[in-house]
Amino acid sequence: MADDRSPSPRADVCVVGAGPAGAIVAARLAEADYDVVVLDAGPRFDLEDREAQLDAHIRPGVESEAAKTPREGVEGLWGMGSERDAYTSSGPQGYPLNAARVKGVGGSTLHWQGMVMRLHERDFELHTRHGVGTDWPIEYADLRPYYAEAEHELGVAGADDNPFAPPREEPFPLPAFPPSHSDSIFAEACEALELPMHSVPNARNSEPHDGASACVGYGTCKPVCPSGAKYTAERHVARAEAAGARVVDRAPVQRLEHGTGGERVEAAVYATPDRTEHRQEARAVVLACGGVENVRLLLLSASDAHPDGLANASGLVGRYFMDHCFAGVGGRVDRPTRQNHVGFNTSECHALYDGTDPLPGVKLEFLNYAGPSPVIQALRADDWGDSLLGDLRESYGTHLAVGALVEQFPRAENRITLDRSTTDDHGNPVPDVRWSVGSQTRAAIERANEVQRAILQELDAEIDWVVGPDATGPAFHHMGTTRMGTDPESSVVDPNCRAHDCDNLWIAGSSVFPTGGAMNPTLTIAALSCRLADRLDDWL
Amino acid sequence: MDLSRRDALAVLAATGAVGVAGATALGDGRDDVDTADPPVPDDTLATLVAVAETVYPDTAESVEPFVETYVAGRLDGDSDYRDGVVATAADLDATARDWFDTPLTDLDRSTRDRLLRDLAVDIADPAPDGNLSARTRFYLVNELLYAFYASPTGGRLVGIENPIGYPGGIESYRRAHMEEQDEDG
Repeated sequence: MADDRSPSPRADVCVVGAGPAGAIVAARLAEADYDVVVLDAGPRFDLEDREAQLDAHIRPGVESEAAKTPREGVEGLWGMGSERDAYTSSGPQGYPLNAARVKGVGGSTLHWQGMVMRLHERDFELHTRHGVGTDWPIEYADLRPYYAEAEHELGVAGADDNPFAPPREEPFPLPAFPPSHSDSIFAEACEALELPMHSVPNARNSEPHDGASACVGYGTCKPVCPSGAKYTAERHVARAEAAGARVVDRAPVQRLEHGTGGERVEAAVYATPDRTEHRQEARAVVLACGGVENVRLLLLSASDAHPDGLANASGLVGRYFMDHCFAGVGGRVDRPTRQNHVGFNTSECHALYDGTDPLPGVKLEFLNYAGPSPVIQALRADDWGDSLLGDLRESYGTHLAVGALVEQFPRAENRITLDRSTTDDHGNPVPDVRWSVGSQTRAAIERANEVQRAILQELDAEIDWVVGPDATGPAFHHMGTTRMGTDPESSVVDPNCRAHDCDNLWIAGSSVFPTGGAMNPTLTIAALSCRLADRLDDWL
Repeated sequence: MDLSRRDALAVLAATGAVGVAGATALGDGRDDVDTADPPVPDDTLATLVAVAETVYPDTAESVEPFVETYVAGRLDGDSDYRDGVVATAADLDATARDWFDTPLTDLDRSTRDRLLRDLAVDIADPAPDGNLSARTRFYLVNELLYAFYASPTGGRLVGIENPIGYPGGIESYRRAHMEEQDEDG
């Protein structure tokens, strides 16, 4: 049955994409006794291979199982980069799309770091408060109960110690990871600079939870957690399957086909590895394949009734592509900083988030992995013996770094389109990413750098690197390309995440975010998926 | 700095070559780990120990039992990898005999070091199917450096008792200093 990729004869819901957005919807609806089929373009990755993937990550020359598949262009641990994943990047700033995503059961949570914080109240009303961007059609209060559900779904380890966080009533499901030694060093400087530090909510088990181990400190959260302590959407896929859902891997959806008049999607047309096409019919379709592929699939589904792409009467499908920009400063101090024991952060600071200097949100992160790891450096060194040991001792031990995520306001020129001059392994036009960093974001990055420098200078650190506006890159959070709103002329989906132009088409994931704040998006993705599942349940 | 069989088992457990429970059960004093495959040939082992004594810091002691234990676990159940290690060790030893009329194991440390550098192993990109330099870097030098610096004892020499790749728990990142080492570890 596992290899049966034929369509189910009857499905209530077809979910396209087995990342967190789709898997949570699938699990919840399957547990509500709906017949659910999930189609994913990528493979299942065997949990038994995670230690081998760790090996491939640390040791040069070792290939992961995914990369051993004879496909040209594949890089990294998760099989991305072949003709299947072709894309172009034509904007003023290049966008490394295939480093930013994973196709497969679990989606990008397979390689994510796992930081999960709620958006702040200001993020939902940016235009009303500050006259920039747009407002969400829902308020924080609407999403608040779903945030609580999402924290349980992801098994979030956290503490209610953030003076800047939006209101909450329920405790986090798991206790927070205690602060690191380097956090205690930063605390001295942050206290002097009146920058309150607080814990990081992590989708990572601080104690055994949901059938998975507690974190054991491999230190390689990104790109792979061998212990299973870090949440991946494989947990929800397993739940969905236990409740009767079918999850079909290596089944890239080619297009969505609608019925007469174009008001309803009839089927998702997908291909299988033997290159045959199948039609999975369903009463409702949930598109959940990320902020880039959601767009491509809608545009590939253009028809006489939807000449500019399915659900694109507004012309906004693909527009307002947003990411978070990285800003950082690193240096060395004259005392041990104890870095690279774990691969996640334990403290951050939201003090720069809600004000007007800068206006774009800035979230400061105190890194626990600044500077090189001795074992990784040793395996790439051109020396050995005492000389290598001396180099490692010189390199390791006194690094500190403060990173930041910086908000991008939605801009119509940042967009995903189809590049019809390039095709994927099925002959479909590939996505083109046009991305740039706006002037307000550049200014906010500079402001973040000022604060980061001040923190390190307070510690008498010797600063040896700065990532500012010219060197910034994306944090790999794809948002905004099928934005949510009440007006069909200025948005793609309604406040329930149902397409304005198609009665039974729903969109899950961060592509529906009207603005993106500067918080890692997955908790909000999960909360919206919990909410979407409720709404779809009512609709069905 | 005394390496132990326990160090070797700790690294093996981290990579899945030996179950964590097995690593706990197998303490110092065991001659080898339980293996499904025949023992690693003596000449292969001797070559690996000779390379380890070259690429490890001077302060490393008890290298032989550490390497024996690590290699036995690492090669068990992975015949392709085992074949690569055995063949590369044999080829490296043949090169030593060709260049110096002496087995690698009989060369002094500085001559072994020169042999490896003359082969450009120090700057080679490690590759399991490359030339002798690339294979030596992959199967011998990097394997041994990984065993050393991913172990708590090797990591301690640099200042980190819970190096990346070693599941050393979630206490060490909170400490201001390295914890005192267990007397038996």
